[in-house]
Amino acid sequence: MQKALVSVTGVDKPGIIARVSTALFEMNINVLEISQTILDGYFTMLMIVDITNATAAFGQAAARLEEVGRELGEAISIQRTDIFDAMHRI
Amino acid sequence: MIEVSEILQTIRMVSEQHFDIRTITMGISLLDCKKNTDRETAQAVYDKVTRLARDLVRVGGELEGELGVPIVNKRISVTPVGMICGDDPVAIAVALDEAAGAVGVNFIGGYGALMHKGATRAEETLLDSMPEAFSKTARLCGSVNVGSTRSGINMDAVRKMGHVIKRTAELTADTDGFGCAKIVVFANAVEDNPFMAGAFHGVGEPECVVNVGVSGPGVVQRALREVRGEPFDVVAETIKRTAFKITRVGELVAQEAARRLGVPFGIVDLSLAPTPARGDSVAYILQEMGLEMTGAPGTTAALAMLNDMVKKGGVMASSHVGGLSGAFIPVSEDIGMIEAAQARCLTIEKLEAMTCVCSVGLDMIAIPGDTSANAIAGIIADEAAIGMVNGKTTAVRVIPAPGKKAGDTVNFGGLFGFAPVMPVNGASNDAFIERGGRIPAPLHSLKN
Repeated sequence: MQKALVSVTGVDKPGIIARVSTALFEMNINVLEISQTILDGYFTMLMIVDITNATAAFGQAAARLEEVGRELGEAISIQRTDIFDAMHRI
Repeated sequence: MIEVSEILQTIRMVSEQHFDIRTITMGISLLDCKKNTDRETAQAVYDKVTRLARDLVRVGGELEGELGVPIVNKRISVTPVGMICGDDPVAIAVALDEAAGAVGVNFIGGYGALMHKGATRAEETLLDSMPEAFSKTARLCGSVNVGSTRSGINMDAVRKMGHVIKRTAELTADTDGFGCAKIVVFANAVEDNPFMAGAFHGVGEPECVVNVGVSGPGVVQRALREVRGEPFDVVAETIKRTAFKITRVGELVAQEAARRLGVPFGIVDLSLAPTPARGDSVAYILQEMGLEMTGAPGTTAALAMLNDMVKKGGVMASSHVGGLSGAFIPVSEDIGMIEAAQARCLTIEKLEAMTCVCSVGLDMIAIPGDTSANAIAGIIADEAAIGMVNGKTTAVRVIPAPGKKAGDTVNFGGLFGFAPVMPVNGASNDAFIERGGRIPAPLHSLKN
């Protein structure tokens, strides 16, 4: 399974999860896990997603999420989880 | 499963602590490019470099996007040109520069020679051509190895490099002698270093290889902030853990880049390479250990420990650690070093002591424009002697800024930063440098 992390930071407002999930659904990206917290007053949401069967190439998915982020006024990025495994697991 | 706190730690390393992959450097052998004339060789060099490195920048960009870690530079290193040139090496210099431009890399290294024991006629010609080559090109870098632990120091090459550096500064006077920032004089040069300006593709290397340089002084500094007041054992452990984490990302990027480019993976070079950005400084790490300013008594000990712990943390994190791995101490590229030099707390003599224990040598130091070629050669000889005797890599990259005197400032811009011009001891060494010949290799027993 090819996993990725979607991180959303900004100001809390209604509809963030709905909008991001919809965009992911449209690209056939499955949400595996969601964690949400307020850090230093900033809304922070981390989603672990499965991109194995994504219909969009990685770059396109990143661009689409960035676009959703602009509409919402949040910073949204996606990155492969390999970097976290490499750094924190032997 | 990865914890949220671990994810956030990684994200902060990139967003707040300047963690980055400093360079993906593709090493390319040019040994099969040698033709009857340098013009033909230049064409073969251009064709080979543009063919093998065609996808380098694209792959680097893709990995950056997918992994969420900046890959700051994509670069190329080649076989020392002294091995393939004849009587017109500048033609090859121009071809390398154009090839670098064509594939979109910002630097290409290898316009140099290995002459720690002696020089061929071609290498002599190449040395003479260096000032012209570096004043005519934008992306070309080069290095010359003048000494080694096994063969001693070639003092003829040392003397000549003093003149090469001086002349290059004069030819690039409009940029405060910036051409000299692209010339490194080594002792015990390593063949797989991915960092500029000293990168070249050694003769023991394969046809083509991918080496990756990782950096992250800010990450180490931040980690040490958590252990203020603790004994050195804790400091050492903290540096090792941090070095391990950042090297692991280098390993991931190197393996993935090599796979996508269809080229063997060479090494990960874990070097704390500072940039002029605040919070990306090696000097600040030393200061975090408890020194008011870099240069204070204790600086060399602090740096020795940092350098060693970086290596110890790094070696377990990658299947192949190599290059220069350790801590760099370039003056103009490190805001903490700049501040210390401006305050006259850090002098060239103290920096020389620090080079006994750092990963390379005297780096990016602006010196007065009227410093003589022999004085520069003397600085090179001193560094080479430290490298030779201690069995480590040392280097000199000094910029005798034309028209500038001690206390003035030169500004190179971007990653190269700015530097206060540091005073150089003015006593004459002419009779010493003009002897020429070789300093024999040192004894390897009776160590004391």
